[in-house]
Amino acid sequence: MFRLRFVPDDTKIAFMKGRIAGLVTSAVLSIASIILFFYPGLNYGIDFRGGIVIEARTSGPAQFGALRSTLDGLGLGEAALQQFGGPEDVLIRLERQPGGDEAQQKAVEKVRAVLLQKFPGTELRSVEAVGATVSDTLFWNGMIALGLALIAMLIYIWFRFEWQFGVGAVVTLILDVTKTVGFFAITGLQFNLTSLAAILTIMGYSINDKVVVYDRVRENLRKYKSMPLRQLIDLSINETLNRTINTSFTTFLATLPLALVATGAVQEFAIVILFGIVVGTSSSIFIAAPILLFLGENRLRRGTKPKLVADARP
Amino acid sequence: MMYFARWKVLLILAVLVLGCIFALPNLLPARIDNRIPGFLPHLRISLGLDLQGGSHLLLQADMESVVRERLAGIVDGFRTELRKANIGYTGLGIDGHAVKLTLRDKNDIEKARPILQSVAENMDLSISPDGQVSAAYSDATLKEIAQNAIQQSIEIVRRRVDETGTREPTIQRQGTDQILVQLPGLQDPERIKALLGKTAKMTFRLVDQTVSPDDAAAGRLPPTSEILPLATPRPGEEPSYVVQKRVMVSGESLTDAQATYRDAEPVVSFKFDSVGARRFCDVTKNNIGKPFAIVLDNKVISAPVIRDAICGGSGEISGNFTIQSAQDLALLLRAGALPAPLKIIEERSVGPDLGADSIRAGVYASIIGFALVATYMVLAYGLFGLFADVALIFNLILTIAALSLLQATLTLPGIAGMLLTLGMSVDANVLINERIREETRLGRSPIASLDAGFRRAFSTILDANLTTLIKMAILYVLGSGPVKGFAVTISLGICTSMFTAIVLVRWIMSVWLRRTRPARLKV
Repeated sequence: MFRLRFVPDDTKIAFMKGRIAGLVTSAVLSIASIILFFYPGLNYGIDFRGGIVIEARTSGPAQFGALRSTLDGLGLGEAALQQFGGPEDVLIRLERQPGGDEAQQKAVEKVRAVLLQKFPGTELRSVEAVGATVSDTLFWNGMIALGLALIAMLIYIWFRFEWQFGVGAVVTLILDVTKTVGFFAITGLQFNLTSLAAILTIMGYSINDKVVVYDRVRENLRKYKSMPLRQLIDLSINETLNRTINTSFTTFLATLPLALVATGAVQEFAIVILFGIVVGTSSSIFIAAPILLFLGENRLRRGTKPKLVADARP
Repeated sequence: MMYFARWKVLLILAVLVLGCIFALPNLLPARIDNRIPGFLPHLRISLGLDLQGGSHLLLQADMESVVRERLAGIVDGFRTELRKANIGYTGLGIDGHAVKLTLRDKNDIEKARPILQSVAENMDLSISPDGQVSAAYSDATLKEIAQNAIQQSIEIVRRRVDETGTREPTIQRQGTDQILVQLPGLQDPERIKALLGKTAKMTFRLVDQTVSPDDAAAGRLPPTSEILPLATPRPGEEPSYVVQKRVMVSGESLTDAQATYRDAEPVVSFKFDSVGARRFCDVTKNNIGKPFAIVLDNKVISAPVIRDAICGGSGEISGNFTIQSAQDLALLLRAGALPAPLKIIEERSVGPDLGADSIRAGVYASIIGFALVATYMVLAYGLFGLFADVALIFNLILTIAALSLLQATLTLPGIAGMLLTLGMSVDANVLINERIREETRLGRSPIASLDAGFRRAFSTILDANLTTLIKMAILYVLGSGPVKGFAVTISLGICTSMFTAIVLVRWIMSVWLRRTRPARLKV
């Protein structure tokens, strides 16, 4: 009977041989991401920077030149125009207007009036205007959410496993998150509230993956009392390799249509999740496991008996 | 582990049937749904503003202006009362959240104290031995003032929104000085924004005719008067009036206002309560022949000349209105004035057809995503993959049922959440199937393999799901609107997946095992 499998059963890949290479590559990528975070920085969207985003549909194909010159003539700063969806759909972005929260509303009124007057039949399909008060609150709430999520994960894993596992998982999580931030910087995707939701989802996904591998490590620690940790971690990864790849693949398949069919924020969200699935899966093998090996050597083996216990199942 | 008591089987079936019943109304068009007998559930998932179309407005109340207005009232009170009692003072004014003045004569202190305290009722009054007076609000009083102002504002915002006929608006307080207004299905946010942006403080005041146009232009005014612009000046009309500061009748005395016509021109008719009617009668009786200004939010709507005493308790305002602006003014007067000006600090409006487009894209993405995952599971695990697919379908149905039952809001990120749950819930079956496979390869009997597979995978699944739930809880508390919807669907999806992926699949496998009695599992 046919079975689709990406990896044959009983692989014996010595993943821990590449532990240094894995950690170094990851560290380099993460450091590069942090540099990218500061320079050139992220493309913060309306949620965190404030400003105005209008989705307009003109009656015919949009005349970008005329639209641009009309909007620039309003004295509201440079308008960024972007086509998306059909040829008559235009995304108009304006920077946050100086002069307090109500200045955004005045600018929206101006844009609406001039669009309806110069381009009759134009329909404003969505309008978003966010002032500084709100964007500051959203930004801080977002940062708090990220911090709390990291701490909560540390405590949870610590509680369920030994501390080495907790540290391994959280360090890996931080590396994953920095790389995702780097992905935002490189691609120039808008960084918004949904991006934060994406990062938290990736964190959740990545920690799931770590939990599965760590669970197996713990189980094998009980089962093979005298196997060296390095060999034991390799065994655990190999045993769970099929599951890891299958789960990643199904989640990837579930998210893919969203990245292809959806538009705007949700599409960007899906793209980031796809990236996160790849990062989160590979980090379980190449980062989380080596960290456990470094932290746990000589420590997770307290009370080892020289006798090999073949099967210590309850 | 693979044996199910009869009551457990019944319970599982009951959950599945109930899930279908509660999910069903969402799939039926409203037309058919209306014909279903009343004892069956009618609850549908409520769609978020991003899917249904509508406006989300966050308003901030200017509390500082409430306090300032109160303090200005105290200053006026001090001035009149001290003058009445013939007590000399200098330097009367507002300093921060306090009113200050200095008494000319130290001997007046004891005489002034009860007078000042009666004006500044709920303020802390202190008078130094050299005659310096300071009346300030305590922090507790300031908080109370703000609390009352925001409560009153919410009430008035609700009245204004209700008057426009918006259905199912959400109006709630957020933080100390913000009001969240959500208006689903709103076609034109501009009108509501304009209505909410007006304080609508209406006053009737006399025009100061003692000031010559030249003096007014040069800003030479008596302290009791001020220049106010005309709200909508006609061409050729003087664009502003010099108006007395003293309020003869205030809009608080209005009991009703309606837009009507007078000589084919839109006007607003109004009615006073008894106190207002009497005052209006007195003022008009004593000032026949003088212009009487109707002022709204520091703009003169019109200043007709009083021809006769108006004692019927009702009147009319004309002021270059269009039908719409007359209706809006009447609405504002009926709903009452806001205690503090509100400004819109966040707006997110989505047109209804954009929402419909988003729903379509979400549904397509879900169907394709589901088909891809389901196909892959069958290719990877054969029959057991098919079992997982059955679980997946019920997971989707139960999630929809739970969303309908809880009346949770489905947003566009929420649809993304459903797709992600698809991936996560199938993960449980991947874990179980891989485990069963491993156990089988170790040479265990089918029943032992299945048993071990579920038992050993369970703690892993629980760990994985709990960590995700923790994160979604954080996201729910700190996120806003659409992101909250994401957290809700993922959380519900994970909870239902614990039932479908583990309990349901185990039961299906146990039935299958009993029926076929395979000698060896082919996972």
